[in-house]
Amino acid sequence: MANFTPVSAAIGGVLIGLSAVLLMLFTGRIAGVSGIFDGLLSPHGDDRGWRAAFIVGLIAAPLSAALAGYAMPLPQMPKSFITIAVAGLLVGFGTRLGSGCTSGHGICGIARLSPRSIAATGVFMISAMIVVALTRHVVGG
Amino acid sequence: MTALASFVCAYIFGLGLFISGMIRPAKVLGFLDIFGIPSGTWDPSLAVVMAAGLAVTGIGYALARRRPPLFDKQGRWPTATAIDRPLLLGAALFGIGWGLVGLCPGPAIANLATLSPGVIVFVIAMALGMLAHDLWQSRSTGLSKRKLASATAADG
Repeated sequence: MANFTPVSAAIGGVLIGLSAVLLMLFTGRIAGVSGIFDGLLSPHGDDRGWRAAFIVGLIAAPLSAALAGYAMPLPQMPKSFITIAVAGLLVGFGTRLGSGCTSGHGICGIARLSPRSIAATGVFMISAMIVVALTRHVVGG
Repeated sequence: MTALASFVCAYIFGLGLFISGMIRPAKVLGFLDIFGIPSGTWDPSLAVVMAAGLAVTGIGYALARRRPPLFDKQGRWPTATAIDRPLLLGAALFGIGWGLVGLCPGPAIANLATLSPGVIVFVIAMALGMLAHDLWQSRSTGLSKRKLASATAADG
């Protein structure tokens, strides 16, 4: 487990949890990124301001860390833009059909002990693990 | 004030993704690759992020339930309880996309800061996927149900 970074993972996790709690305390909203982003896209949204501010804040964090001198390497992405586009479509469609993603179900939902979120998180974890097993160890390697 | 609070919360969220390394698809895939368990290359960091995040959110939400939010009349707690087919199918499809690249919506958007062409393509495709879902849903259920759905949408 050479890549295991428990301390930074715990600090990061605490910050993510703190963010979810503060968003509820201030605005009364669940910190589900897919839902917040989708609401920004929808033509009949009347609450775009806080959603846009959330998206900007999410981008500003790593940007400011990079400007402060912390290493911000380019993310490793698949070579094929078709794979990337298909994955993006699946993430977009799937998170809306399933009403949430890693943040909304995985953190906020499970923290509420919501059976829906526990089920959804189990399903997307297993589904992602199967895909990684197939793409890394069965097809291509 | 709502927008400012939202910005600050998202900034903290983004720092959490950055510090934990969850902003990097390679690190997320290192967790999702369960064949790394027998070979010793598995990276359990994501589980630690979730455990720490859940501990803080669980306690914080329990306190937050007792009072209305500062900038709204009441907290918009999700009310849906049924484990239905859209939930499970949607989660399965999302997991496929997540496993293909290692990006879920939060880290994907945060990675826009890098101006990586791959990330930009991913986020545009993600937006199109969401719009496709919303369009399909509004066509198949009609306006009244659509408004109902968008009001209760989401656990997150």
